Amino acid sequence: MNKWGDNKAWFLVIPVLVFVAFSAIIPLMTVINYSLQDILAPGKALFVGTEWYKKVLHDYRLHDALWRQFLFSALVLLIEMPLGILIALAMPKKGWGISFSLVTLALPLLIPWNTIGTIWMIFVRPDIGLFGAAINNLGVAFDHTRRPLDAWVTVILMEVWHWTPLVALLAYAGLRAIPEVYYQAAKIDGASSWKTFYYIQLPKMRGVLTIALLLRFMDSFLIYAEPFVLTGGGPGNTTTFLSIYLVKIAVLQMDLGPGGAFSLIYFLIVLLLSFIFYQVLQRVGKGEKV
Amino acid sequence: MKGKKKTIFLAIYFGLLFLPIYWMINMSLRTNADILGTLTLYPEDPTFRNYVKIFTDSSWYSGYINSIIYVTINTLISLTVALPAAYAFSRYQFVGDKQIFFWLLTNRMAPSAVFLIPFFQLYSTIGLMDTHIAVALAHCLFNVPLAVWILEGFMSGIPREIDETAFIDGYSLPRFFITIFIPLIRAGVGVTAFFCFMFSWVELLFARTLTVTNAKPISAVMTRTISATGLDWGLLATAGVLTIVPGALVIWFVRNHMAKGFALGRV
Repeated sequence: MNKWGDNKAWFLVIPVLVFVAFSAIIPLMTVINYSLQDILAPGKALFVGTEWYKKVLHDYRLHDALWRQFLFSALVLLIEMPLGILIALAMPKKGWGISFSLVTLALPLLIPWNTIGTIWMIFVRPDIGLFGAAINNLGVAFDHTRRPLDAWVTVILMEVWHWTPLVALLAYAGLRAIPEVYYQAAKIDGASSWKTFYYIQLPKMRGVLTIALLLRFMDSFLIYAEPFVLTGGGPGNTTTFLSIYLVKIAVLQMDLGPGGAFSLIYFLIVLLLSFIFYQVLQRVGKGEKV
Repeated sequence: MKGKKKTIFLAIYFGLLFLPIYWMINMSLRTNADILGTLTLYPEDPTFRNYVKIFTDSSWYSGYINSIIYVTINTLISLTVALPAAYAFSRYQFVGDKQIFFWLLTNRMAPSAVFLIPFFQLYSTIGLMDTHIAVALAHCLFNVPLAVWILEGFMSGIPREIDETAFIDGYSLPRFFITIFIPLIRAGVGVTAFFCFMFSWVELLFARTLTVTNAKPISAVMTRTISATGLDWGLLATAGVLTIVPGALVIWFVRNHMAKGFALGRV
């Protein structure tokens, strides 16, 4: 189908490669270095092979953080994807409502992540927070600093509040790209709104939804600042996600070796899962093409 | 869903969306003693003291200026290098295209925590520490791949026949790209600029690590002040409210590009 096969297109890609290589490959090589060496003093390092990897893989706290992370990302995706699509479908198609909806949806996305944590910390506090005080007034004891379940509810609520608009915005951009003739055809055929959604809107949104799903998976899997500010990983370790644990090892304890090994393993897990998601969605998409 | 139900659903959703933000604004208009005293749904004795403090203290407001400078540089770099690359991925097949595309994406998946120390060493070595350009370059790590990815999606939605017709009409690639193609995907460019701005604006770890004083971003100024003065809820809330303003302005400017969508097939 493509008769434009042309390696000159490489020239168009070179600027991107230069920029990304500078900020990705050099630091990544440094991290690999750390993970294979025991740095005793500046300029004095001992090659230790896979020692750090073994140590990290047998760390039970890392196992716990990993399962916690999976549970968190799964819950977040299960709530945000359908909710985001629903919001995009409900959004107005013409008039001033469009601008209003877009600006409103974009608001949470533009708040720095540490501020997000701060907003929710204020919002759910039993003494000065609207949410915490309201729940407690209803007779339900709620304290995200003491009860693990409450901490989880708070972190999930915050994540859904923060990121569902991203899914909605992308889905909406995808919906707007569907030419009007498709809807007219569906109308002539007397298709129900569910059928219009399933056979026209959903397949046409596949590209943007893939982006949304991958972005949401990656970012929820790498989440750091918001729960760190909100719960500090507690109570106990119940909301210590992978990044929080990683920063603890690599930055606070300055264990560069285990930190490097940890982050490479972490990186590979995200990579592998994203690759699987990407492939599956591409397959599904081809099957739907009529 | 029918029209009325849709509106009610949206209204409830937007209400819930605004609530935590409203609560922060409410906090920003009160003194710390007032906040810790009683829980009220609105500030009974609103004060702009917190705002005055931020606008008159240069260690506060320079944080906003620094953030805006590096975010703007980053967005410009990201768009400039990503546009041609996205076109290449969308239109041509070349050796290693799929591998390169996926490799680019992988850079968004790296946990930033351990990149901190290598970044610090790298930028110190080349003498870019504490400059706006350092933060802008560091943010390219995740924004350039993202820009390529989003733009590629939008570009692939434009039929190839438009390119072919233009080339038959004697357009060169750069001229076609700038005068015909970019206007066609302006919605995509708007969306991409928005996302680059957003991810650079909200990022904290890199921005904080690569700056000392000259280019210190507002999010770092906020954390520093929290630890220095204990917890001044009112001031913190005010700084938070003000971090929303530049972003809100940007979305206001790109909203039409997003809202219009593309005029596919109506060229």
